[in-house]
Amino acid sequence: MKPALFDYVAPETVEAAVAALAGDETARPLAGGQSLIPTMNFRLSTPGRLVDLGKIESLRGIAVENGSIRVGAMTRHRELEAHGAANAANPLIGEVLDNVAHIAIRNRGTVGGSIAHADSAAELPCLLVASGGTVSVQGPDGSREIAADDLFRFHMTTTLDQTEILTEVRIPALPPATGYAFEEFARRRGDFALAGVCTLLTLEGSVCREARIAACGIGARPIRLAAAEDALRGRVVDEDARSEAGEAAKEYMTAPADTQASVAYRRDLLAALVRRTSETALKRAGR
Amino acid sequence: MAKSVLKKPIPPTSSDPRVPVTLTINGETVTREASPRMLLSDFIRHELGLTGTHVGCEHGVCGCCTVTIDGRAGRSCLAFAVQADGAVIRTIEGVAGEDGTLHPIQQAMMECHALQCGYCTPGFVMSMLSYLDETPQPDLSDKAIREMLSGNLCRCTGYSNIVKAFRRGVELMNATAD
Repeated sequence: MKPALFDYVAPETVEAAVAALAGDETARPLAGGQSLIPTMNFRLSTPGRLVDLGKIESLRGIAVENGSIRVGAMTRHRELEAHGAANAANPLIGEVLDNVAHIAIRNRGTVGGSIAHADSAAELPCLLVASGGTVSVQGPDGSREIAADDLFRFHMTTTLDQTEILTEVRIPALPPATGYAFEEFARRRGDFALAGVCTLLTLEGSVCREARIAACGIGARPIRLAAAEDALRGRVVDEDARSEAGEAAKEYMTAPADTQASVAYRRDLLAALVRRTSETALKRAGR
Repeated sequence: MAKSVLKKPIPPTSSDPRVPVTLTINGETVTREASPRMLLSDFIRHELGLTGTHVGCEHGVCGCCTVTIDGRAGRSCLAFAVQADGAVIRTIEGVAGEDGTLHPIQQAMMECHALQCGYCTPGFVMSMLSYLDETPQPDLSDKAIREMLSGNLCRCTGYSNIVKAFRRGVELMNATAD
């Protein structure tokens, strides 16, 4: 239960951190450490070098501007959770963060770290996909933007190169006439969920003009439930429509059975979460 | 200044490289050397001799090793000592008065029989203190207290008395403040 030895560096700029990563292919960035350090304690991961991003001031902070919430990668979960302007611009953020582990973990864990870690059951990657967010990354050849749909590839695998650092996360503000909901089900409070669903419904009168639904815990990465969205888009989101959306979501459930849930159970759970979140989102959209 | 309660430095027995770590713990600033891979929990217990911080699961689930890091509750098993360089740490040893007078939260834990074996207790107390620091007017409903304490596991009490103790502790603190 003790980590293997590594070389530790704590640079003060992103450029120096990128250089430190580029100098050793076994090097990994250390953000809040709430996912990486447990895996190191178990020796499931044994990086040769840890590049601690904790001393890089430019990676911290939250700004709400031009319809977007910009979050520095090293901002702690709890800071974002408590940020009035960010939650006013998109109350889905607080609802999602409330489900992330426990307070002591959220005090240390970072927004960028959670997204770069890309646990397929984690809540923040699901939020990013559902809301159509983007991230900025910086590497030896400069910086680039990656849309959420192009970021997550597989379990704990993103399209970032080993030498790149995620520097900023941008979450769009909630569009007008839009209702939101996040709900997950876990065996114990704070555990990774068996499944979680994030739903955004934009109404025009009583008709759903746009639906964005994403789920975590049901496959190898956070997944847009396009067929469920199609079942709601252009319709009155009544009980029949919500049930159809839930049924349509089932095909996206590819997680194998594990000690906590069978395949059939998770499929039904996913459908139930789609139904419930679309009902809540509908109410919150003011209808 | 009061006499240091920290253990004297001991010569290293491992061949790991050592880096200096300076931090303030329970009001005392100290510099020690540690291997980069030394967890903050081990640094607190082994290097500083403050064994009130307990180590249960060592992967962030049980909450026994919870301390406050720069005023906020955190798992000391999910931080390296080197990351805490420059930080202000508070452990259970820094909670009671110097004359041994219990903090109202500790007093309430005792009065409400909120502990049996006591292994998890320091973590619970540190979580409560951090929460009260962040939220001076806490929601005292069962739901809110249980949510706040959900990151700390107790295998003896069944939690009911711990929830009561938090409520009682807040009452005692308010009484002291009046």
